Amino acid sequence: MSNEAILQKPADAVVTHGDHREGNGHSEHHHKETFISKYVFSMDHKMIAKQFLITGIIWAIIGGLFSVLFRLQLGYPNDSFPILETLLGKWAKGGKIQPEFYYALVTMHGTVLVFFVLTAGLSGTFANFLIPLQIGARDMASPFMNMLSYWFFWAASVVMISSLFVETGPASGGWTSYPPLSALGGASEGSKTGMDLWLISMALFVVSSLLGGLNYISTILNMRTKGMSMTRVPLTIWALFFTAVLGVLSFPVLLSGFILLLFDRHGGTSFYLSDIYLASTQQALPNEGGSAILYQHLFWFLGHPEVYIILLPAMGMVSEIMSVNSRKPIFGYMAMIGSLFAITILAFLVWAHHMFVSGLNPFLGSVFVLLTLLIAVPSAIKVFNWLTTLWRGNIRFTPAMLFSIGFVSLFISGGLTGIFLGNSTLDIHLHDTYFVVAHFHIVMGVASFFGLFAGVYHWFPKMYGRYLNNTMAYLHFWVTLIGAYLIFWPMHYEGLAGMPRRYMDFSQWVSFNQFGDLNRFISIVSIIVFAVQLLFVFNFFYSIFKGRRVTTSNPWDSNTLEWTTPIRPGHGNWPGEIPEVHRWPYDYGKDGREFIPQTEPVGAQETAH
Amino acid sequence: MDTVMINDSQRKKMHPHKFTLWVGLGSIIMMFAGLTSAYIVKRDQPSWIAVDMPLTFWYSTAVILLSSLTVHTARAAFKERNMLKYRRLISVTVFLGLLFIVLQYVGFNQLWNSGLRMNGSGGVQFLYIIFGLHGLHVLGGIIALLVMFINAYSRRSRSYNMVPVEVASTYWHFVDILWIYLFVFFLVIK
Ligand code: HEM
Ligand SMILES: [Cu+2]
Repeated sequence: MSNEAILQKPADAVVTHGDHREGNGHSEHHHKETFISKYVFSMDHKMIAKQFLITGIIWAIIGGLFSVLFRLQLGYPNDSFPILETLLGKWAKGGKIQPEFYYALVTMHGTVLVFFVLTAGLSGTFANFLIPLQIGARDMASPFMNMLSYWFFWAASVVMISSLFVETGPASGGWTSYPPLSALGGASEGSKTGMDLWLISMALFVVSSLLGGLNYISTILNMRTKGMSMTRVPLTIWALFFTAVLGVLSFPVLLSGFILLLFDRHGGTSFYLSDIYLASTQQALPNEGGSAILYQHLFWFLGHPEVYIILLPAMGMVSEIMSVNSRKPIFGYMAMIGSLFAITILAFLVWAHHMFVSGLNPFLGSVFVLLTLLIAVPSAIKVFNWLTTLWRGNIRFTPAMLFSIGFVSLFISGGLTGIFLGNSTLDIHLHDTYFVVAHFHIVMGVASFFGLFAGVYHWFPKMYGRYLNNTMAYLHFWVTLIGAYLIFWPMHYEGLAGMPRRYMDFSQWVSFNQFGDLNRFISIVSIIVFAVQLLFVFNFFYSIFKGRRVTTSNPWDSNTLEWTTPIRPGHGNWPGEIPEVHRWPYDYGKDGREFIPQTEPVGAQETAH
Repeated sequence: MDTVMINDSQRKKMHPHKFTLWVGLGSIIMMFAGLTSAYIVKRDQPSWIAVDMPLTFWYSTAVILLSSLTVHTARAAFKERNMLKYRRLISVTVFLGLLFIVLQYVGFNQLWNSGLRMNGSGGVQFLYIIFGLHGLHVLGGIIALLVMFINAYSRRSRSYNMVPVEVASTYWHFVDILWIYLFVFFLVIK
């Protein structure tokens, strides 16, 4: 099962299987590294991970800034901000955000955060970084495809960014891009060029995730080091594995949906369009027989798995970090794997819970209610296991650990509201209200961000050979945790009162203008929380160059393989032979010992896990 | 570009590149599953118009089936290190692949000229898109075969690495089977 991957070879070398033991001195096979091959078109999984991370951070700042802008509108619907006109020109005429621009902001915020930050930035970073390091491989199964995966993401980013600058503005039909708004150029400003660029960018993005996902799966299944059976891999790896499976099976369906949409836009077909009167041209369209619900099916067949694509990596990292910092084995390792598996299967079977009020057959709906509520079972198992892992642990409250604990708190809060929404009868009232916004921001948005932060704080020393600054980290944690609850908790009440999402001004709406002060409060907290994220970004880049140096190869006293590499590992990860693994990764506090690395053979008296 | 070398203990397992291909095929299957299930859902909508396939698609079916046979024998020839035979059979496969594409194009033309255009929402619009996407996947296979064809001539042919040959031939069989599925699908479900 061990492997000695030779990373580079002369173009016409002959591949011979068999005797390749000299692979351990592999560095002599390396060709000279130039700046371009090391930092730009790198095939080293660790560098690609950093590229994903930093691109993700840039996107997170942009996406976060969008939300600050539209929160300004929601909090102060009657005020004008001349500075906005200076910055944004016609989009904020008279210092007030224009309706088309408001919708563009919301759409781009959703798209960017869901796909570019929490999918590419999260999975892209940690799957790339951790898979080879934690399973004991020199690199991915195909470093070249891995590099392509990043560059497709980069291309998707460039196209998406450029859509911000076209005359008619970026896409503005929501991150779900439902037709007819997304299918008819005449429907709104954002349905024109911006929508085309959105679709092109997303298609590139799908290619990027597929290239990445294929690689992650075959690396995990084929390239583990000697002794690293699937029941000995850290839970991070299991989570990243299921994430990749979800992506590889659901993104292509999204692509099919987009292809049909493109033909509706430009080919004259009527897959999604029927019986439409277009106000802007005062015309009834000839399209007949299309079904907008068909698009919803295709979209949510990805859309629901997508939310777990975002969440599972966070779950995996939290499990790992929690065990390390509780100095205890993870509780219920097999149950953790089993529940990840159950979530993966169920994720494919619940998509129509986003469509309860779309005119879906109510009998079909009740099947989806049942399947949806079933997700609560594996979710509860995971929560139980995290809490029991913490129970009576010797907890080290590192920033990574705090974010992990925060993750569990958020996952519980947001998961519970999912059970409300999963009942189709309740959903008639709650659908498209702020209750949904509160639900998915807490359970997906903020929780996964917490997983991301936990991962960055925990593995930063491995990435850059330095630590992040702890004071800034603690400030970052507490403000973000409290702020997130202050922002999203009140939205539940607004939603229960029926306040709909996707409206830009409630001040003239008698039912909801009672929430004016609350909305202002939420907006102020959002701005504070956003500022604290900038502090994190500062900490990140400052620490890359000026952070305290890591002096020991295993700073967290952890068992997993990545900490057996040199402090700054080169391409190929281990200078010598890849270590052999003899035990699972969670032997903490066993037989009176603090921790026992995976590389240590099981003693004569010892009972293996 | 990149190559993974494997020592003895891993030889019993599947080569990672082959494995990646299989997972990738799963991904392609999901794409076409999405499209064909969209077809099924759409069929129940008003103003659906069923489509009858022209005879040409039967010919292209025969051609692609034949090409599966030739790629299979090519692989066997490579295994026996009969390079001459291998080269010939690969060339024949490339030719059959191109012929398939041409026939698809002819089939499209026949439909188009009989007045079935993109506007509308019946079977034929799905047919153009689904067969078109399948054709793109065949083109990808042709490119892979061409690369191997060029390799077989330009290399000093000491390379008996089975992996690329197997990856390409598996993929080729896959686009063949995918075609059979699509063909039968459009025959049976109107
Ligand atoms: C017990 C678990 C859960 C249940 C029963 C549940 C149920 C639901 C339901 C029924 C909706 C649709 C509400 C509507 O539009 O009317 C919804 C929306 C949503 N859920 Fe959950 N959910 C659960 C957990 C999660 C998790 C773990 C995530 C992400 C990691 C998530 C992310 C989302 C998102 C993003 C949306 C809104 C999408 C949109 O309309 O823009 N949910 N949830
Ligand atoms: Cu869902």
